Amino acid sequence: MGRDGGARRKETTAGEGNQGREEPRRLRQQRHRRRRESKTRTVRSNLLPPPGGGEPDVTAKGAPHRWRRNQGSSQYLADNRLKTTKYTVLSFLPKNLFEQFHRLANVYFVLIALFNFVPVLNAFQPELALAPVLFILAVTAIKDLWEDYSRHRSDHEINHMDCLVYCRDEKKFVNRYWKEVRVGDFVQLRCNEIIPADILLLSSSDPDGLCHIETANLDGETNLKQRQVVREFLELDAEFNPLKFTSIIECEKPNNDLSRFRGYIIHENGKKAALYKENLLLRGCTIRNTEEVTGIVIYAGHETKALLNNSGPRYKRSKLERQMNMDVLWCVLILTVMCLFSAVGHGLWVWQYGERKKPLFDVPESDGSYLSPVLAAVYLFLTMIIVLQVLIPISLYVSIEIVKICQVFFIHQDKELYDEETDSKLQCRALNITEDLGQIQYIFSDKTGTLTENKMVFRRCTVSGIEYSHDANARRIAMYQEADSEEEEVVPKGGTLSQRGSIGSHQSVKIVHRTQSTKSHRRTGSRAEAKRASILSKHTAFSSPMEKDITPDPKLFEKVNECARCLEIMRNQEKSLSHLTPELADIFDFFIALTICNTVVVTAPNQPRHKVRVRFELKSPVKTIEDFIRRFTPSRLTSGSNSGSSSSLSTNKSTHKTGSSFLSTLSTESTLLKLEARLTHSSPKMNNNGYGVQPGGGWTTENSLKEGELRYEAESPDEAALVYAARAYNCSLVGRLPDQVSVELPYLGRLTFELLHTLGFDSIRKRMSVVIRHPLTDEINVYTKGADSVMMDLLLPCSADDSRGKHQKKIQSKTQNYLNLYAVDGLRTLCIAKKVLSKEEYACWLQRHLEAESSLENRDELLFQSAIRLETNLHLLGATGIEDRLQDGVPETIANLRQAGLQIWVLTGDKQETAVNIAYACKLLDHDEEIITLNAESQETCAALLEQCLYYVETKFSSEVKKSLGKVNIGFTSLHPPSSSATTCPNLGLVIDGKTLAYALDRTLEDKFLSLARRCRSVLCCRSTPLQKSMVVKLVRNKLKAMTLAIGDGANDVSMIQVADVGVGISGQEGMQAVMASDFAVPRFRQLEKLLLVHGHWCYSRLANMVLYFFYKNAMFVALLFWYQFYCGFSGSSMIDQWFLIFFNLLFSSLPQLITGVLDKDVPAEILVAVPQLYKSGQNMEEYQPYMFWMNMIDAAYQSLVCFFIPYFAYRDSDVDIFSWGTVIMTIALFTIILHLGIETKTWTWLHWTACGFSILLFFIVALVYNASCSTCFPPSNPYWTMQKLMGDPMFYLTTIISSVVALLPRFLYRTFQGTLFPTQLQLGRQLARWAPKKFNVPKDTISQPHPAGEQELQSSALKGSHNSGSPPQDHFPLASQSELPPASVTESKSEQRTPNVNVQSLNDTMMDSLRGHSPVPQRPEGAIQEGPSGDSEGESSTREVSPLSSILDLPDFSLLNWISSTPLFNEFGRAFRLSQSSLQTDMLGGTFLSVGSQLDQDLKGFKRETSDCFQEKVKGTAAVCHNSENLETTFL
Amino acid sequence: MAINYNAKDEVDGGHGSNLVVGSHTGPGNAIGGSGPKSRRPDNTAFKQQRLPAWQPILTAGTVLPAFFIVGLIFIPIGIGVFVTSNNIREFEIDYTGTDEKDPCNKCLFWNDTKPCICEINFTLEQPFEGYVFMYYGLSNFYQNHRRYVKSRDDSQLNGDTDSLKNPSKECEPYRKDGDKPIAPCGAIANSMFNDTLELFQMNESSLIRVPLHKKGIAWWTDKNVKFRNPPGGNLSEVFKGTTKPLNWPKPVYELDEDPENNGFINEDFIVWMRTAALPTFRKLYRLIEKKGVLHPTLPVGQYLLRITYNYPVHTFDGRKRMILSTISWMGGKNPFLGIAYITVGSICFLLGVVLLVIHHKYGNRNNSADIPN
Repeated sequence: MGRDGGARRKETTAGEGNQGREEPRRLRQQRHRRRRESKTRTVRSNLLPPPGGGEPDVTAKGAPHRWRRNQGSSQYLADNRLKTTKYTVLSFLPKNLFEQFHRLANVYFVLIALFNFVPVLNAFQPELALAPVLFILAVTAIKDLWEDYSRHRSDHEINHMDCLVYCRDEKKFVNRYWKEVRVGDFVQLRCNEIIPADILLLSSSDPDGLCHIETANLDGETNLKQRQVVREFLELDAEFNPLKFTSIIECEKPNNDLSRFRGYIIHENGKKAALYKENLLLRGCTIRNTEEVTGIVIYAGHETKALLNNSGPRYKRSKLERQMNMDVLWCVLILTVMCLFSAVGHGLWVWQYGERKKPLFDVPESDGSYLSPVLAAVYLFLTMIIVLQVLIPISLYVSIEIVKICQVFFIHQDKELYDEETDSKLQCRALNITEDLGQIQYIFSDKTGTLTENKMVFRRCTVSGIEYSHDANARRIAMYQEADSEEEEVVPKGGTLSQRGSIGSHQSVKIVHRTQSTKSHRRTGSRAEAKRASILSKHTAFSSPMEKDITPDPKLFEKVNECARCLEIMRNQEKSLSHLTPELADIFDFFIALTICNTVVVTAPNQPRHKVRVRFELKSPVKTIEDFIRRFTPSRLTSGSNSGSSSSLSTNKSTHKTGSSFLSTLSTESTLLKLEARLTHSSPKMNNNGYGVQPGGGWTTENSLKEGELRYEAESPDEAALVYAARAYNCSLVGRLPDQVSVELPYLGRLTFELLHTLGFDSIRKRMSVVIRHPLTDEINVYTKGADSVMMDLLLPCSADDSRGKHQKKIQSKTQNYLNLYAVDGLRTLCIAKKVLSKEEYACWLQRHLEAESSLENRDELLFQSAIRLETNLHLLGATGIEDRLQDGVPETIANLRQAGLQIWVLTGDKQETAVNIAYACKLLDHDEEIITLNAESQETCAALLEQCLYYVETKFSSEVKKSLGKVNIGFTSLHPPSSSATTCPNLGLVIDGKTLAYALDRTLEDKFLSLARRCRSVLCCRSTPLQKSMVVKLVRNKLKAMTLAIGDGANDVSMIQVADVGVGISGQEGMQAVMASDFAVPRFRQLEKLLLVHGHWCYSRLANMVLYFFYKNAMFVALLFWYQFYCGFSGSSMIDQWFLIFFNLLFSSLPQLITGVLDKDVPAEILVAVPQLYKSGQNMEEYQPYMFWMNMIDAAYQSLVCFFIPYFAYRDSDVDIFSWGTVIMTIALFTIILHLGIETKTWTWLHWTACGFSILLFFIVALVYNASCSTCFPPSNPYWTMQKLMGDPMFYLTTIISSVVALLPRFLYRTFQGTLFPTQLQLGRQLARWAPKKFNVPKDTISQPHPAGEQELQSSALKGSHNSGSPPQDHFPLASQSELPPASVTESKSEQRTPNVNVQSLNDTMMDSLRGHSPVPQRPEGAIQEGPSGDSEGESSTREVSPLSSILDLPDFSLLNWISSTPLFNEFGRAFRLSQSSLQTDMLGGTFLSVGSQLDQDLKGFKRETSDCFQEKVKGTAAVCHNSENLETTFL
Repeated sequence: MAINYNAKDEVDGGHGSNLVVGSHTGPGNAIGGSGPKSRRPDNTAFKQQRLPAWQPILTAGTVLPAFFIVGLIFIPIGIGVFVTSNNIREFEIDYTGTDEKDPCNKCLFWNDTKPCICEINFTLEQPFEGYVFMYYGLSNFYQNHRRYVKSRDDSQLNGDTDSLKNPSKECEPYRKDGDKPIAPCGAIANSMFNDTLELFQMNESSLIRVPLHKKGIAWWTDKNVKFRNPPGGNLSEVFKGTTKPLNWPKPVYELDEDPENNGFINEDFIVWMRTAALPTFRKLYRLIEKKGVLHPTLPVGQYLLRITYNYPVHTFDGRKRMILSTISWMGGKNPFLGIAYITVGSICFLLGVVLLVIHHKYGNRNNSADIPN
């Protein structure tokens, strides 16, 4: 409401800083304010007394609430109240009616009802004609009212959340509702509170003036962000006192840019200080990790950035409805034609009597005159519109709404869409687009949190060439997964513990609280896990039990202990560390690196950090050389406790040791039990008061430092995972300050490392380093961790001569092997390395580093160089494999959705490497896929790149088409249905980064980008901003006219979700923004499968059938009246009683179609899931095609003819009266219409039977009652005793039976013939379900099992869809041939990247090396791609196998090569050898798929690979060409 | 909805879904969750859409029997109906008199004050047995015209005194004649058929009047419920203050001498007021009661129809007929239904055969090939 006013209120021009002194100008300003949009807003403390009555503006800012309210100037302010409702009590009726009349149909019906009040026109009794319209308006109004009320309720709840606001009178912070917060108020926030408005941070309990916030609600990023107190206030010694705040804040007026905030603060003394976004706390974020912050409200309510970022939801109209509206228009046209025809007929009829005396039956006007034929025709036209109005189905809209609500209800009730762990089920937030779910063509998915769990789990590691597989860990994870499958058994096993746990979880979900405990209910792998999660309510950003409960590898654990023991001994004996064996030293360093080489912050839950700054007077990093010299005078850092917590730590250590020594699950549970016991008694209370430490609980800072309570907050989940992993080996990080890191080690106790430098991670270096001084050796160590692709090149070259060097080399190669293995397993790999610096070296480096730091120009560049200088000649310690766990069933879901003809694009804000990694893991990209990577630095390069890729793809494509044509003819008949995704290339993947995407989305390039993207099987957009995401979706939606679905979980997906035709939010993970913006919210990604394939299909097919039926029904009914016009002089008479006529739609024929619309199942759910291809029927709109409307119209015309003329002939020249005869026709029509529905109904449950029976019964009962109720009441028909009389007449029954049979015969026959001779996919699916219901108990296996006989059988088989899984290439051949592509040209200038295939097959080692040679070039974005393939042992192994072949491929003559690769013979050859490779792959894959594991699945993969490999051959060929075309420059752009 | 926060969810997470759909899950299902209330949907057949269902698949094989059954049922019915219809005796005579030679031709432009009477001879070739119904039939008479159908006042006809004095507006322009309300009002009443038909059996020389019953030709409910004279003793007094319809020669209370058949409850009037469905219709005029088992009601022979020709139809090309018909259980003579049944039955049978062929040719394919492996 007050947005404009608010904007006006405080905005003054930018130049007007010291407004206090310039009152005249301000007043002038005020006058002009309405005309001029000012650029800034000024905020002052509300606590200051108002400067003077003459300045209402200032008063508004300055007065406390009561004042302001009294003075009535608060309307200038956007307060913090939230209002999303549309109506108020008073405005509801007019506004709602107004809105309803926006729907043209309503206007139409009301108009027609009003026509009835015109005497010359009236066909029906006017009051009666109004009834249906009013009924429908009322139903809609009630629905709207209810929705608005629910909005009001949720607004109310948010508005009434509490926060602490400083009150001038009480001189302290008092509780107020959110809605009472005003701009200029001082708000105090405690840890884990949600920020109620945009607040400028003025004070923090943190000594550094920092505050951490979690912005997951806004941008979906779960990592904590730092905010700073405004600098001047940081220096304040005393506690911040709001009363003393006299400064004025000038800032931008409200805008929706989350990442920008500019302004300045003017202190009383006139000093100005700039404000940045680092000073602003945004509404909706959560305070973390900071005990208390205070700030002044800058923007409130609807002016906050969070709310400005939320444009209201788009009104969505489903595709089906759009199509339906088209047909409604056709109906209007038909109606007009019919009315015109009647009008002309009537005119002629009147005209023929015109000459002579008027006939007896032609009733004159009331004044005795007769209408002229023309006028009579005009009047009749309008009358006919009234009579035939039913043709425009009045109840269609309301029926559709009812059906959709019921469909939504059933979607809600599906227990497969219920997620046990979060106790959440699917939410449908949009009621009117359920059927769109059945027509989706493109899925745009977020990655983090949507495809993955967004948690990293430490899985394996390698230290100095020895692999520690952490079998127990793997087993434990497997156990979780198993537990998932047998969830019922878990309950008794868990006993009281799990019971309590789940109770706790339920409560905490429901209780209104502001702790982070919901966070801990984030979904984890399984239900059992969820229990643990709820037990271990750790309020940690990146910690789940999975991450923390790492079962150490016993071997390694032993070694660590041994190592620590040695060290302990050595320290006691004052020996140098070099006496340690190299392996043990490596292990020691490895764990130290894991622990400290990161930016993880240690805190205790709900306990903000209390920093103890005692040790170093100097703040790191070292600023000057003098510092350096001063600091490195030998003063050995002793280990030991620098806080009072050592005793508690030691006790904890023992607990931990016992805990970790057991490997069985039982023991984990027992430790969990202890933890749970500790936590359950404390956490609920915390939930209630939101932050505090409750008295009596004995919770002190010391206690909370118990190991179990430590939490790690990391910028990236990987880091947290590593730290937790290290802790599992008792090597735990206990404290981190800017200049020191404390590590708790077994035997050694606490070691404090002096942190000299942290060289942060960047995506170009792909590594990070820390420089520390080792407390034991006093050496300066550099620990580096990074992507293996870069790290391996930075290692110290080892001489082959001495044994140590040899050994090292061996370690390196071993490690590399293991890394490859990890990559195959889909783990994220990191290498850990170390370097010891001598003081001289360090000094040397430091000098240049400091220079770099202090340089103004090129600072980043210089720092980068500096880092590179440091990170050389590293000593490899080991490698880790971390799993970013995919959500359950993601690869399977993606595979299934793909089979369903959906194209899946992943749009992620993540960096390219991660995205590609995950894409491989979730089978979005296949290793046998060629990947096009677009990385461009400028518009021009992007254009060129696109051009080249497009050219490349097209040439490749067309050559494939040519080759495939032969196959098509032989292998496949035309049976194969063309698919809408006809242009997808089976083996192309597109990876594009955000910057390039921005260029590609430019108007000039978007078409090219799109035509390239649609050729690709999968598209991956990395580093994309929310806006870009929505632009991509919009592009596809608008240009390709495709149905799009966007799925995401974070607020950064909101715009995309809103733009897409269907927006799906993943609920529960990262705030609720996505969910609130979405149309559907699912707890898990995998549920998308059921939602789309089953419910989407059902909803679509049900609704499509219902809509068609509706059209048919009304047309058929109306046509009866139309035919009658030929026998009543086109007078607009109707033989059917008007009550029947009016209530036919509402009463007699509505229920069965509603039941069918809600409950009909054309194909059972199991089949729909098992044969995803059936989904294509929705994409291709097979259920409701334009011609079907006309088919139905024709059928309706036929049926009405039958229903009219059989009674006509039967009662011709008899003494039957008009309404008796009409009742016969009505009865026939009703029977026909209901039986027609019966033919169209696929599944008959008792509800269907009841509905049909009920309808017919209802008609008879109503007719009987109506015809007996009153002898004079129902003019003009007055059908007294008609029905009773009819029912005593055998003719009535005879006519009814034969008419219905004859009317339905054609459709019945058509359906029969169709079902027998040319059944559709869906019909086959239905038959499949019928013939082989049992087979689908294990649907996957049955369906996806490939046919050994291949095409032959495929061809003969009618259910080709189900076989497609076995033969994707065939699936695509005909499609490809349909897309007309320019003929292939042989020479290609494809600039493309090495893809896995290229790497593996066609490039020999030297080539790879040469490519690697480019890698040190600073900007080398495609390196990410390299990481995938090279770390891929699958690829490696095949390289070896293929070597003879690759020599062929490397032939210099590339035209020849192309020729070879395009030859079928070669193709076959390639296929043969591929087969062997694929079997190899299968074996390896088999190991990784624990859950699937079935032999069938493996077979399937083998076959899939085999077939798709045919394509690969071509890829290979062309790719090889491209590499020699010397176009690599473009690659590296 | 622009405002969405974690907070909101936490606060109202439990309702979010319910707000939209309004369907609470009901008491939590206690299978898995031991919690106080789980949001797990009930595992009922209805909610999981697993109600036991019959899923008919329309293929040649499955619908075969239906066609044969329909054929086998329809053909006998058709034969039965057809035979019944054929057994009905019906005689029809058009007395409109448009033809010059027609005896009633003279009445077309009759200008006398006396009614025109014409006589038509006809011969019945077959005896009519049982009850014989005498109809008058009109063609091209649009009794179903929209405004015509409406032009009546049922309350008035039901004896409502208020409506008698002040008829419904629907009756316009036949509502009032000057100041006096018309009883019965409306176009239907105004256009009532007023020919008189008399039937004579011709012996060698004499005419024997065939007794025609004028009662019992209307629906019982019409006569006794729907139509009533206004309360009061003498009909002429009751109808005092009203006037006759314009076209009527005499007022409504002089339609018949019999007080049980006079005024609004005159059966001829009632029959006329039941408007016909189609422009060609017949209306029951008189009943000829059967004489006994041995004697046909109307034996074979010469008859004379004496018509008091009042009703003008030639202006709008209408036709007037007199119909004599016996009746059966299915009403009057109508061969259509019987033929229709036989035809449809045969077609169904034939289609059954066709489907049988199709089934044998293609039906098996489905069973085998559809199922993978």
